[in-house]
Amino acid sequence: MTDVAIPTGPPAVEAGAAPPPGAIEIPDFQIVPRAGLAIAAVVLVCLIVAIAVNSLWPLMFFHVAFGAGWTIIDLFLGLVLGPIMGAMPVPARIQFTTRLMPKMVVIMPVVVTATLAAGWQVGVKTGNVLSISQDHGWVVASYIVVGVMAVLALGLLEPANIAVLFELKKPRPNPEVIEHLMKRFIYCAGVLGVMQVATLVIMTKLASG
Amino acid sequence: MNEQRLPPVTALGMLSLALIVAGGIYLSAHLPNHVPLGPAVALLAASALVLGINIFLLSRVRDFDWARFFQVGKWSLLAYVVIAGMIEYVFLRNHVSGGTLVVLTLSLVVFAVHVPMLVGFTVARYSDLGERVAA
Repeated sequence: MTDVAIPTGPPAVEAGAAPPPGAIEIPDFQIVPRAGLAIAAVVLVCLIVAIAVNSLWPLMFFHVAFGAGWTIIDLFLGLVLGPIMGAMPVPARIQFTTRLMPKMVVIMPVVVTATLAAGWQVGVKTGNVLSISQDHGWVVASYIVVGVMAVLALGLLEPANIAVLFELKKPRPNPEVIEHLMKRFIYCAGVLGVMQVATLVIMTKLASG
Repeated sequence: MNEQRLPPVTALGMLSLALIVAGGIYLSAHLPNHVPLGPAVALLAASALVLGINIFLLSRVRDFDWARFFQVGKWSLLAYVVIAGMIEYVFLRNHVSGGTLVVLTLSLVVFAVHVPMLVGFTVARYSDLGERVAA
């Protein structure tokens, strides 16, 4: 359970020696927090029960609560925290990253799965997903927005998130790799944040009829 | 940044995901009407083809950290099998059946294989670089 340091100069640190001047300390962290996995499992079991029971209130709770979480996290990360992180000095950014990103590895897949699974079930129950519904065009628009966000998040954002954590776990992380992956993460989060505005427009339209 | 030339695994992965997402939207947008499966099958086949090409191109890469790729890939696979299982459960809960269920299930299989592959690739491609630069 020791911290590691990124040497900014030539790497000449012997085992057990103090980090060289200018080295960046990296706190110890778990790439996937185990406590978070237990919470995720509980949430997914509750989601399965809600879908099995197929009662509107628990389904709506999952869809609205987790959907709001997803939208707010994307908006805040993409449009507020992202630019702040980009402007942080590298040591501060690494301290922040090692605390934020492991949590994101667990939170985001659970939040997205709960929102979409419960949302589909709500749509089936209320008839919104049927092509005869008067709001069907808006529902299809939401599929497209979610589809584009899914491709970006699964293809670019999540691999970058996990790769930067693996890089930071190395005895001698490469600052260039971290910088490259963090840029990818922050730009991707920014695009997803902007797309969440479209989600807000669509969902408020559907909710108000 | 990486000294080794690597195939465009991420770009192909995103293309493959986009194709199955398009197929899923096409099928969902027509409910509850009868949906001609042709376009969805074509999109799924194209997505699976891109997955096959991606696996083939990646398998030809030399000096790749396969141990790290499989270490990360297998745990990601477990996570995405759970997520795909949840989605499949919702389909079954809503009595989706026949050709539509087959297409959607196979789409989930492509999804559950391709995303872990992308995660494993992104981690493994930088696996040796830190040590190589430090050496």
